[in-house]
Amino acid sequence: MARRHLLIGSGPASVAAAEMIRRLDDRAEITIVGDEPHGYYSRPGLAYYLAKEVPEDRLFPFARKDFERLNVELLIDRAARIDRAAHRVKLESGRDLPYDRLLVATGSQAISAAVPGVELDGVVKLDNLDDARDLIRRSRDAKTAVVVGGGITALEIAEGLVARRLRVHYFMRKGRYWSNVLSEAESRIVEQGLRERGVEIHDHTELVRILGENGRVAGVETADGTRIDCDLVAVALGVRPQKELAEAAGLDCERGILVDEHLRSSDSDIFAAGDVAEVCQTGTERRTLEILWNSALAKGRIAGLNMATEPRHAYDSGTPLNVTRLAGFEITIIGLVGSGLGADLQGPSRGDSETWKPVGEDEVVVESHGETGHVRLSLGENTIAGAVVMGDQEISFPLHEIIRERADVSDILTKLQEPAARIAEIVHEFWPGSKAALSV
Amino acid sequence: MTPSKWFKTDRAELAALATAWVVPEPTRCVQCGICSFSCPMGIDVRRHVWLGEPVRDKHCLTCGECVARCPRKLLRFGRIPSGVSARPGGEAFHG
Repeated sequence: MARRHLLIGSGPASVAAAEMIRRLDDRAEITIVGDEPHGYYSRPGLAYYLAKEVPEDRLFPFARKDFERLNVELLIDRAARIDRAAHRVKLESGRDLPYDRLLVATGSQAISAAVPGVELDGVVKLDNLDDARDLIRRSRDAKTAVVVGGGITALEIAEGLVARRLRVHYFMRKGRYWSNVLSEAESRIVEQGLRERGVEIHDHTELVRILGENGRVAGVETADGTRIDCDLVAVALGVRPQKELAEAAGLDCERGILVDEHLRSSDSDIFAAGDVAEVCQTGTERRTLEILWNSALAKGRIAGLNMATEPRHAYDSGTPLNVTRLAGFEITIIGLVGSGLGADLQGPSRGDSETWKPVGEDEVVVESHGETGHVRLSLGENTIAGAVVMGDQEISFPLHEIIRERADVSDILTKLQEPAARIAEIVHEFWPGSKAALSV
Repeated sequence: MTPSKWFKTDRAELAALATAWVVPEPTRCVQCGICSFSCPMGIDVRRHVWLGEPVRDKHCLTCGECVARCPRKLLRFGRIPSGVSARPGGEAFHG
């Protein structure tokens, strides 16, 4: 009898799993059920939709016909309860779906602010397509916005609203942006870029109250008693995994759903992938969350592989990388992180990975600022442990390879640590670059 | 710069582009759709990236729009490996 696979969540993890299962088993029944009303789209693309770089209808990598071609059923519905004993999932609509293998890929959700006034009309976020539409609709009449929070999403909102001609205030609780991930120089580059784009940055500023008039946002009050008038308050405090369904079903959970290296939960027929899955960082006992689009795809593929065959393929968190754009600068973060969440976040931000190693006592950091960009390396004993590349991205490709392969860089260690070392040049000479790159 | 030097640079660049493909780094892609949206020839660049393939499409002009507009800068021009036809179907490519 054909195996029945049920995938809860219609994001990248489920879609990648569905494709993989279909590739391996053309008789399997595959059903995706997700409560996202718009189905599967590029969540990271929402920032560009908000900033007017791409129209809404382009955010969907799969059309209905693509799911039909794959013979995957896509249901817009919410899973209400997993009945593990009966191997069935009850949906909110009342439908009841059987499974042989179940994937829980319910993702994560934006954390709400806990200040007075948060229930007022005009408190917004950017977590899904409906949020983006809401921001766009409101931006037609709104004049001023206050943005609070950290990580990538806060700046995506700030820059998007500037692109829609609002006056934007960005509050940082401490002295510089994303201080637990970026170096001082990198924070300053981003802040300067934001200012040049018209964002007004307020450091050492904390939102303590949202003020309203007739049920709508009219302004905010800061910790030192200052009032700023505004029509919108955008909040980006990070996300938390949506583990409730799994928890209610009795699966082992901590911050997310606990899975082994095969992405299997404490129930041998139930797997988890994407933001909701809490894996052990490969080779360690350390449990991590990865709120990264490509990690979700990778986990989805491995989960699908193990669901379609037998669980013998391990997920390797490897050396995750995120490349994003902040204040107009492309920035790649490889294998590096600071410590903790920083002052402006209450949970990991979309675009963060906890598998990035913390910069330890035994790691030397070198930084160089050139005409086309800024590079920072975290050096291990004879490896490069992590890197941040801002601006021209050319050197980020060889750096990713060097870091991922734990290449021995003893030959250039001394050179890299010399004052005014031109890091990109040294790395380029040492590692001539990906073969795909064209040198004109 | 003398005019002959300008032309030499242009010719080298044009020759390079004419023998190049748009090559993706798929692990960086978030499927935002800007690449496909910016293609003047309507190529679904995003689908190529999803499949991990270079844009080996005879309609591709190597205009560079997708390369320039990708917010993650994951598209680059790469040289076509020698011995491989630029056009699927085996037509010889005359540079």
